[in-house]
Amino acid sequence: MMGKPNLDVFAETLLELASADRDVLAVTSDSRGSGRLTGFGQRLPEQIVETGIAEQNVIGIAAGLASAGKKVFAVSPACFITARSLEQIKNDVCYSDHPVTVVGISAGVSYGALGATHHSLHDCAVLRAIHNITILAPADNLETREAVKYACCAEHPVYIRLGKAAMPDVHPEQEPFVVGRAARLREGRDVTLIATGETVPVALGAAEALAQRGTSARVLSMHTVKPLDEAAVLAAADETGAVVTLEEHSVYGGLGEACAAVLMRAGRCVPFDILAFPDEALVAGSQREIFAHYGLTVEGVAHTVSRLQQRRALRAD
Amino acid sequence: MLTDKELKVKSLVYRASTLQLIVRAGAGHTGGDLSLIDILNVLYNRVLRVAPDRMADPDRDRYVQSKGHCVEALYTVLADRGFFPAEELETLGRYGSHFIGHPTRAVPGIEHNTGALGHGLAVAVGMALAARMDGRPYRVFTVLGDGELDEGSNWEASLAAAHYRLDNLVVIIDRNGLQITGPTEQVNGLEPLGEKFRAFGYAVRQVDGNDVVALSSALESVPFEAGKPSLLMAHTVKGKGVSFMENQAGWHHRVPTAEELQQALGELAAARRALEEAQ
Repeated sequence: MMGKPNLDVFAETLLELASADRDVLAVTSDSRGSGRLTGFGQRLPEQIVETGIAEQNVIGIAAGLASAGKKVFAVSPACFITARSLEQIKNDVCYSDHPVTVVGISAGVSYGALGATHHSLHDCAVLRAIHNITILAPADNLETREAVKYACCAEHPVYIRLGKAAMPDVHPEQEPFVVGRAARLREGRDVTLIATGETVPVALGAAEALAQRGTSARVLSMHTVKPLDEAAVLAAADETGAVVTLEEHSVYGGLGEACAAVLMRAGRCVPFDILAFPDEALVAGSQREIFAHYGLTVEGVAHTVSRLQQRRALRAD
Repeated sequence: MLTDKELKVKSLVYRASTLQLIVRAGAGHTGGDLSLIDILNVLYNRVLRVAPDRMADPDRDRYVQSKGHCVEALYTVLADRGFFPAEELETLGRYGSHFIGHPTRAVPGIEHNTGALGHGLAVAVGMALAARMDGRPYRVFTVLGDGELDEGSNWEASLAAAHYRLDNLVVIIDRNGLQITGPTEQVNGLEPLGEKFRAFGYAVRQVDGNDVVALSSALESVPFEAGKPSLLMAHTVKGKGVSFMENQAGWHHRVPTAEELQQALGELAAARRALEEAQ
């Protein structure tokens, strides 16, 4: 079933949590509208801190508030909050270990044709290299709700990466959302598609298309990019023999390279590929058009899987 | 409570201990430590409502040292105030020690990790906002170096401090006039600095930042004005108290030789004798 944008679910969940606990705060950089927090500001004006267009200040102030026991969500476009205020995240939040939740809104290429200034293709890469922060990229409304609830009680820093497209439900109700554990959305024998965030529906669509061609694909929602569920990655290689990763991020430093490192270090040399954005100035277009341009589509994934299967067949010969 | 004279003696003792600490560790920010030490002396011996057994008290005052590189002075004062045994400072800079060249929360008494410049003020604003939200009586003090004011983040944080009318926030500028390259006014002019802070919404006062009596009088009268953050422009001398270090940018992070240390300790001992003999 088609759900809402994860951004809307984030805002609804935060309002619920903050209504029940006056220590839950949002800190914004003239970004309450972009973060769907205008209603939050009207309902709970004492629990929103506005800094104006000053992302470094958002994180520094958030760290100070968290040091005094506040449960702080610092909400700003992912492109700005993980670049302009990266040093504040590194030092004032992670190194100082103040449990701030950094919420990167409209991540990846959600802003589409607004261009490179507004894209965040680097955020997982830079944050993966910083100690003491959990990175969550929920796929659907359920994962978003659970990620926000987790972050609200977390004792250490968390980054939540959100897009703004309406997302279909992918996470089975009966499957618990556990941070650090991949959600298995579809079982398969021939290949595993490991996706994160808004690329998860693409992986599910590709699995369906592959099934019609006789290829059985497992699909994982890797909602936790760090700490990575290494056991799920190794099981994917051992049990399905091939792995393709999908992410709305640079090919450098994101989910794909993280999975590749796990496989190589464990000596699992299975056919493998990363579907992400190449190291180039991205084509202009909407999120959907940019995905299509770089093969983050049902057909693109299916094609990649076919190529890996040919490679595997050649190797077997 | 220490008398004014005892407080002055403390500053001389702290200066000697800090220099010995730097020489033992083989590294440190000598000039800035010596400009800052009277401010720390007054904060920890007269002003801050903190104590080793109060660090979990939500109503304790907060101190954030934004100019984190002058940590040797802070360690010296914290050890003297009983936050940890002074012997632990023997490990400063050594393999595996939590006493490193910038403040970290691994050291008892330290509220926030600093080291990169231009970070402390925004964090202090957050702490002061939290006190306001919760109706708590604590104050937040932060010390910034003057060279550090080149960082734009300080001015973002200043906008917020005034916007939220944080009169529980006290910003102290260690205005020693020198940064590593040379005089602040030659590197990237800051003046008229007091007017800039006033225009940003602070209640500003000027003080001799190496005069513990004047510092006490200023810091015991915060907030300077209801509804405004307080800013104390502490005019200090880099390398204060050691003749050949004073006002020399070269002493920013130079470590004294054994001979230089002896000369410095001799000057400080003479100053102490003169102070104790004075009426």
